[in-house]
Amino acid sequence: MNPKYRLYYPRWYRKRIPIFWWLQKRSHAAFMGRELTAVFVAYAAIMLMVLVLAMDRGQAAFAEMMDWLGTPAVVVAHVLVLCILLFHTITWLNLAPMAIVVKLGDRKVPAAAVLIGHYAAWVACTGVVAWLLIWR
Amino acid sequence: MRRSREPIIWALFGGGGMASALFMPVLILVLFIAMPLGWVQGVQGAPFAELQALVRHPLTRLGLFVFISLCWFHWAHRFRYTLYDGLQLSHLNELVAVMTYGIAIAGTVVGAVLLWGVG
Repeated sequence: MNPKYRLYYPRWYRKRIPIFWWLQKRSHAAFMGRELTAVFVAYAAIMLMVLVLAMDRGQAAFAEMMDWLGTPAVVVAHVLVLCILLFHTITWLNLAPMAIVVKLGDRKVPAAAVLIGHYAAWVACTGVVAWLLIWR
Repeated sequence: MRRSREPIIWALFGGGGMASALFMPVLILVLFIAMPLGWVQGVQGAPFAELQALVRHPLTRLGLFVFISLCWFHWAHRFRYTLYDGLQLSHLNELVAVMTYGIAIAGTVVGAVLLWGVG
């Protein structure tokens, strides 16, 4: 090769993306919102552990925690958390048919059936937990 | 060739996502909203003893442990990629991964201590 010849490297073009790019479009914001539901899953896990701790300490500690949980601001906060967790549940279950391909023999179970199955599982799990905690 | 850890991490993420999707709404609704507001019994007398017995049952403890741990790994994986996409931090890959999965492991250990060390 001619020693004076230099390979041509076009300057890499990289568009700068603003840090909050996902706020500019509704669907992007919803995507990021869905991803952030994980933070509230972690919060709920922590609160469950705190509740177990209070219960292990005895009735007084448990009643004290229930009093705190019953204050209006905390109730409002937890209703919000519940809404966010429902958003997680719905978006998660709606993705199930895309992530899971069930085969019976060599026939594919239709996506709608997989979806309905997951929602049925949600209803069943909700029922069992509610029964265990309330009516047992 | 070094085998990727991604499938294990993804399985923990997926398991946590499914477990929390199926169980978290009802747990929050009953334990953190309905019970404190007195819509369902659970504080006075016998109901508390029953609830405590339920929570002290070894199977409940084991179930709670698996559930809590999966929730942590679900959070870790999702939050890791949220930091990459949302805040464009993929260049901090190692740091972010160690932080998020480290917190998940810590959450699992703390869960184990709380569930078996105190009861």
